[in-house]
Amino acid sequence: MPELKIRKIVTGTEDIFHEGGPVAATPRKRGWCLAVIANPYAGRYEPDIQPFMDDLKPLGMEMAKRLIAALGVPAGEVDGYGKGIIVGGGGELEHAALWHAPGGYSMREHIPDSLAIVPSTKKVGGPGTRLDVPVTHKTASYVRSHFDALEVGIEDAPRADEMVVALVMTVGPRIHARAGGLDVSGIKLRDGQK
Amino acid sequence: MNKANIRKIIVVTDEVLTEQGQKIDPPTRRAAAIAVIANPFAGRFVEDLSELMDIGEELGGLLGARAVAALGVAPAQIESYGKAALVGEDGELEHAAAILHPKLGKPLRAAVEKGAALVPSSKKRGGMGTPLDIPLGHKDAAFVRSHFDGMEVRVNDAPRANEIVVAIAVTDSGRPLPRVGGLQKHEAKGEDGLR
Repeated sequence: MPELKIRKIVTGTEDIFHEGGPVAATPRKRGWCLAVIANPYAGRYEPDIQPFMDDLKPLGMEMAKRLIAALGVPAGEVDGYGKGIIVGGGGELEHAALWHAPGGYSMREHIPDSLAIVPSTKKVGGPGTRLDVPVTHKTASYVRSHFDALEVGIEDAPRADEMVVALVMTVGPRIHARAGGLDVSGIKLRDGQK
Repeated sequence: MNKANIRKIIVVTDEVLTEQGQKIDPPTRRAAAIAVIANPFAGRFVEDLSELMDIGEELGGLLGARAVAALGVAPAQIESYGKAALVGEDGELEHAAAILHPKLGKPLRAAVEKGAALVPSSKKRGGMGTPLDIPLGHKDAAFVRSHFDGMEVRVNDAPRANEIVVAIAVTDSGRPLPRVGGLQKHEAKGEDGLR
């Protein structure tokens, strides 16, 4: 089984007070946690890559825990999430798909009422590559006030034999949400969508 | 009452656990606290910049405390620091200088305890998402070679034309694998700000 090698962990949060409109009584929060890890399959074609998913599970759990702590709110207040991955040039897009299960389930494990699929994005790129990680509501994907994305990246990662895995979480709707559609009070089906 | 009209505050930490195959134990850690504020003088020439100087004073304390808190260490454990400002396109470089230089240092030094050394700084004008490299130097003895560093930060939606991004970075460590000699931190007296 490949060993998980972490080079660095980057964690960030934003407190958003306004975006040109009324100042919110409670600032909206957004946060991200990124880990730069060695890609055990870089530089060759490896047919059997699924074992690495198990190695990623504890990392996902640790990242989710750190991110909730950095946001400084109880896990139940987190109401939007997303995940993403950038694979360095020595790897392939298929390696990125290994993050789906460990990334998504680690957040859903920590966040109550997280019925919705965790939206995701992936790419292959070099150091400094930016990734727009999509965000949707944790209980119902169609909640319009919570559609968002966070741009993340690290200037010196991923190197060719690395990958950057990302989790993002948000607390509250877009700061001046007013585009209509399904809102949180309208969630009824509890099917993860509406 | 805030002096600055703050749109958002971003706090980011990074922690290096391995570098070039070498384990970094304890990990080196850096944190930056960043405020996106309205530039009260965007789009016009104003001679007296004292309003921005007062904003600098407020942000020195606020961002200094947020950055230290993000590392979760006592203020005295902070080893290096730096500051930077990025002015949106309708402002001028002098606005960055007014925020950074006259009054920001004193409350920042209070937030990190001591700080005999010059706070290294950088400034620029640019658009949204422009990377800003915050220089880092040892807080009490500028010649400590292991602590010369820089931390890149960027905010994808700032600064808008009428905004300024103000950033403070702190560390509880130097570079991950320092080995270029020079003054070592345990040799520094930290009295004159240099050695």
